[in-house]
Amino acid sequence: MTETPQHHGFGSMRRKEDARFIRGRGTFVDDIKLPGMLHGAILHSPHAHARILSVDTGAAEAHPKVKAVITGEVLAAMGLAWMPTLSGDVQAVLATDKVRFQGQEVAFVIAEDHYSARDAIELINVEYDALPVVSDARTAMDEEAPVIRDDLEGRTDNHIFDWEAGDRARTDEVFAGADVVLSQDMLYPRVHPAPLETCGIVADMDKVTGKLTVWATTQAPHAHRTLYALVTGLPEHKIRVISPDIGGGFGNKVGIYPGYVCSIVGSIVTGKPVKWMEDRSENLMTTSFARDYHMSGSIAATRDGKVLGVRVTTLADHGAFNGTAQPTKFPAGFFHVFTGSYDMQAAHCEVTGVYTNKAPGGVAYACSFRITEAVYLVERLIDLLAAELDVDPAELRLKNLLQPEQFPYTCATGWEYDSGDYATTLRLALDMAGYDALRKEQAEKRARGELMGIGISFFTEAVGAGPRKHMDIMGLGMADGAELRVHPTGKAVLRISVQSQGQGHETTFAQIVAEELGIPADDVEVVHGDTDQTPFGLGTYGSRSTPVSGAATAVVTRKVRERARLVAGAMLEADPGDLEWDAGRWFVRGDRTSGVTIQQIAMAAHGDLELPEGVEGHLDATTVYNPPNLTFPYGAYICVVDVDAGTGKVSVQRFIAVDDCGVRINPMIVEGQVHGGLADGIGMALMQVMAFDEQGNHLGASFMDYLLPTSMECPSWELGATVTPSPHHPLGAKGVGESATVGSPAAVVNAVVDALKPYGVRHADMPLTPANVWRTIQGSPFRTDLAIT
Amino acid sequence: MQVPSHFEYERAADVEQVLALLARYGPEARVVAGGHSLLPMMKLRLAAPDALIDINDVSELSYIRVERDELLIGTLVRHAELLDSPVAAEHFPIFREAERVIADPLVRNRGTVGGSLCQADPSEDLSAAFAAVRASAVIRNAEGSRTVPLREFHVGPYETVVGDGELLTEFRVPIKPGGSSAYEKVGRRAGDWALAAAGAAIWLDGGNVADVGIGLTAVGAAHFVAAEAEEYLRGRPADDESFAQAGRIAAEHCRPTADQRGPVDYKRHLAGELTTRALRRAAERART
Amino acid sequence: MKITVTVNGQDHERDVEPRLLLVHFLRDDLGLTGTHWGCDTSNCGVCAVWLDDVPVKSCTVLAVMADGKTVRTVEDLERDGELDPVQKGFSECHGLQCGFCTPGMLMTSRWLLDTNPDPSDEEIRVAISGQLCRCTGYENIVRSVRWAAEHPAVQNTSEPDVTV
Repeated sequence: MTETPQHHGFGSMRRKEDARFIRGRGTFVDDIKLPGMLHGAILHSPHAHARILSVDTGAAEAHPKVKAVITGEVLAAMGLAWMPTLSGDVQAVLATDKVRFQGQEVAFVIAEDHYSARDAIELINVEYDALPVVSDARTAMDEEAPVIRDDLEGRTDNHIFDWEAGDRARTDEVFAGADVVLSQDMLYPRVHPAPLETCGIVADMDKVTGKLTVWATTQAPHAHRTLYALVTGLPEHKIRVISPDIGGGFGNKVGIYPGYVCSIVGSIVTGKPVKWMEDRSENLMTTSFARDYHMSGSIAATRDGKVLGVRVTTLADHGAFNGTAQPTKFPAGFFHVFTGSYDMQAAHCEVTGVYTNKAPGGVAYACSFRITEAVYLVERLIDLLAAELDVDPAELRLKNLLQPEQFPYTCATGWEYDSGDYATTLRLALDMAGYDALRKEQAEKRARGELMGIGISFFTEAVGAGPRKHMDIMGLGMADGAELRVHPTGKAVLRISVQSQGQGHETTFAQIVAEELGIPADDVEVVHGDTDQTPFGLGTYGSRSTPVSGAATAVVTRKVRERARLVAGAMLEADPGDLEWDAGRWFVRGDRTSGVTIQQIAMAAHGDLELPEGVEGHLDATTVYNPPNLTFPYGAYICVVDVDAGTGKVSVQRFIAVDDCGVRINPMIVEGQVHGGLADGIGMALMQVMAFDEQGNHLGASFMDYLLPTSMECPSWELGATVTPSPHHPLGAKGVGESATVGSPAAVVNAVVDALKPYGVRHADMPLTPANVWRTIQGSPFRTDLAIT
Repeated sequence: MQVPSHFEYERAADVEQVLALLARYGPEARVVAGGHSLLPMMKLRLAAPDALIDINDVSELSYIRVERDELLIGTLVRHAELLDSPVAAEHFPIFREAERVIADPLVRNRGTVGGSLCQADPSEDLSAAFAAVRASAVIRNAEGSRTVPLREFHVGPYETVVGDGELLTEFRVPIKPGGSSAYEKVGRRAGDWALAAAGAAIWLDGGNVADVGIGLTAVGAAHFVAAEAEEYLRGRPADDESFAQAGRIAAEHCRPTADQRGPVDYKRHLAGELTTRALRRAAERART
Repeated sequence: MKITVTVNGQDHERDVEPRLLLVHFLRDDLGLTGTHWGCDTSNCGVCAVWLDDVPVKSCTVLAVMADGKTVRTVEDLERDGELDPVQKGFSECHGLQCGFCTPGMLMTSRWLLDTNPDPSDEEIRVAISGQLCRCTGYENIVRSVRWAAEHPAVQNTSEPDVTV
């Protein structure tokens, strides 16, 4: 017998889901067409802040193809004008009293076809009385600022919350004793995940059965089902949420949006299925944005470059409704992991959330609950320190990175990092980059007056939310179920609660079963995205699928395997305790010829074999996995840029990314995830931003104005890997979906700032557009979150 | 997805039919070719013509050729065709350089040269290129045709001299020996509209500038032309110093406005920088 | 108005409003939902189809403009059960994740290889530069097209296999 490979199921493998997508046979929400289906369209507010005086829907209702017009007043009569947000606030479904951001939903038209619905929204006449606007978060708490949320009892200002983490006194002490203290204000501007498929829904209320079926672009179908039950009062067992193929999520499809609720109401009112799909402007203007953190960070260090502490005060722009999507106890998400990858004595952060006249959201776009902001902050601070001390930024990082023997490591704000060998990863990246040669090339170019920059970012992520003791969303603990059925012929069906938006779950999760059960991945069908067909779980975001549901899958497969052991014992007339497992077979210890395969066991478990104690029949199993901790993937990124000083244009020449996400189930898919995130980093660092003018007008409401990177801005990514398993994950795996989005922006910005060193530049806010870079060189950068004047 | 409101649609087979349809439908009718400027405006409901007259079948307007001492470009020529045209590139490399940075390959497969000029977007690239090479536009109407210098073609943002009942049919570019051309553009990303762009056509007489055309887009230059810089350069040495000064003059005389692409001072700087660069490269080419 | 469009080799006669966009004609009237849409402004390119043999953005073409013309969509790439090399390439090289931009990318890739059978990476990048992908960072799309260029006539569409 040949030696069994260490992994039976893991390894690069073409994706099962590709077969339908390459033929154009995916089923996305807008591909769904039901008999008698009606089409919804939303009328949005042109004002950022205005009182609604009247809404006249007469002309729209008279349109021959219009079936219904729903306004805030109609919803109010049903008790549905407002809905709870994921952060304990309420959000208007359709505005009744005021509109609070440009693009806010005011009325919903239902018509026989999409074009007529669009025509009819033009026929609605709304009278507004414009109010003063808060479009700059930094003025939200001014005394003269208008109170945006006067719907809330007793509100006299735009303050949402103050939150802190770490030890303030200890941090003050460390800073007081430091040789070097550096401070920098930095903005992580408002951006949008902008998946190419916008958000949408088909809602179908069957009045006879009382069952509501919803096909929606949701990353969290089970959570949506519960929330729909809570919002509409429909019984939860009469709600089925189906998340079909999803054209990218990136956190944009976690929340519940007014259009969804309106479509459900519309189906109830008309008795027909109602489809609503956002157009691109609606997507960019109304659904969950990301970031918008105004940070003042400081770093303290010794003269010889030992980091002692960091601290930050942050103003968080949450928009008009506090609807950030993160675990309930963490109003600033996981931002307090901002000590990054470094050993330090103390840290402290304070975050103040404020209302502004902008769309709600804040936690989205592959941010791992705000670790994006945290990594950006600390990696900029480290580079500032390197510049101040005139030491190489790679060297400074190596000096301060956590050492392997420090793990598990509890950081100054209380996170327990599970595992890491950071220096090895950074050294690999430096080697791949040819770092010393790059620095030499840079020096030569500088001597010729050319601008070249090399930027490093070393990030630590905290993903896989999470332990239910600490983490819930609206009271729903963040544990995931999994069910595994093994059919008589040994083919398996795995049912998982997480939902793919492109991550390749149908392949990766089959590989986990293959690995654990010793059957080919092709013999495993993965069912996901249908609440009637899958166990409860919190969904796919925050890089949690592999850490939580991947673990659940491993655990449930092991349960099946153990059950198979009992059956095999009966089949082999041996004590199950004397059996050994190897690559899909149980055999009597010491006698490899004696075994039975999982396929034989499955047939026997369904057959007439007298089953042993503890096996009722079949091999099927279920589990719920409650992760003991988050997983802490990390990586070292190096970006090389050229900057044209005459035009301010940045071009990314190279990007080296070494990720350590523990054990890689499908390395091909892991690399694909990293590629996408690196492109995000280029986009955010160089072009993506949603700015607002003084009237609260959204200045990035289409793909002409909100720029996403193309094939021309992205270099050919150079990837490397180290593997440091997570000690607490059953497979040793960590999440990776967001690593590159989290880690890469800082590398790009550090590279550009490095390029501009000859001009004495210390910092520049994203996005580093040609105009912004040129102005930075001139010493007069502009606010990237406001209108350029 | 946003969709247009209702309109009538007619398809014309030849220029005569276009003119007849324009006469029939009156001023609220619009000619559509590639539709890549007009249809997005209609989807966003910023434009709502009563009727569209589709000229995609008017194949008589689709040609690039040299006749006598002029390069003739029919208005139905797709951007991709101008980009790939050896004859256009031979005489005016500026067209290939400008086309390469106009939108993207798919848009260029459909969008037309005439459509871009008629849209008259203040950031449109070919307006600057045609202005630089001193093209003229042929406009047909019921009475016959008239020829308008490109430098008099634009009346204002999104407005041209093409009147009701008229059809833009051709561009004519005079070919003169001893010259060459170049185009320089800065966008925030591939496919972006210009933050600023400059096109230069230059003819040398020994070491001196015999004649020069400088087109500017997206910076509020009157008629897309840097006239003062042209004036300055004529007869001067074709060297870096002159080109740098021409850039300064071009920057000084343009009138950019601030938007999210950049502030006024940046765009003004860019107008000068790109003018200088385009001149330098055009002159290099003219010398070889 | 009445139009006849030859889509994937088959004539389709329909009565449509002049304002109907080609992408909606394909998706809603003909049920060819492989072609997607993703923006309103001709920027994203997920709606790419061939119109008279060149890829265009079908969100910016009226259905009536396609009257009497030929259109090719992703559904036509596989012929007689044989995948087009670009389809295989995208699967081989992980050139897709969510699959939403994929049909448009495939159509442009096929066109590129028809006109330039051995494109450089740079030429591939230029060809797809008007089509956004949010998942792949483009690298694997470039590799996929290269794979297709290098495997113009691969016959065997083997099932997925594991390589460790």
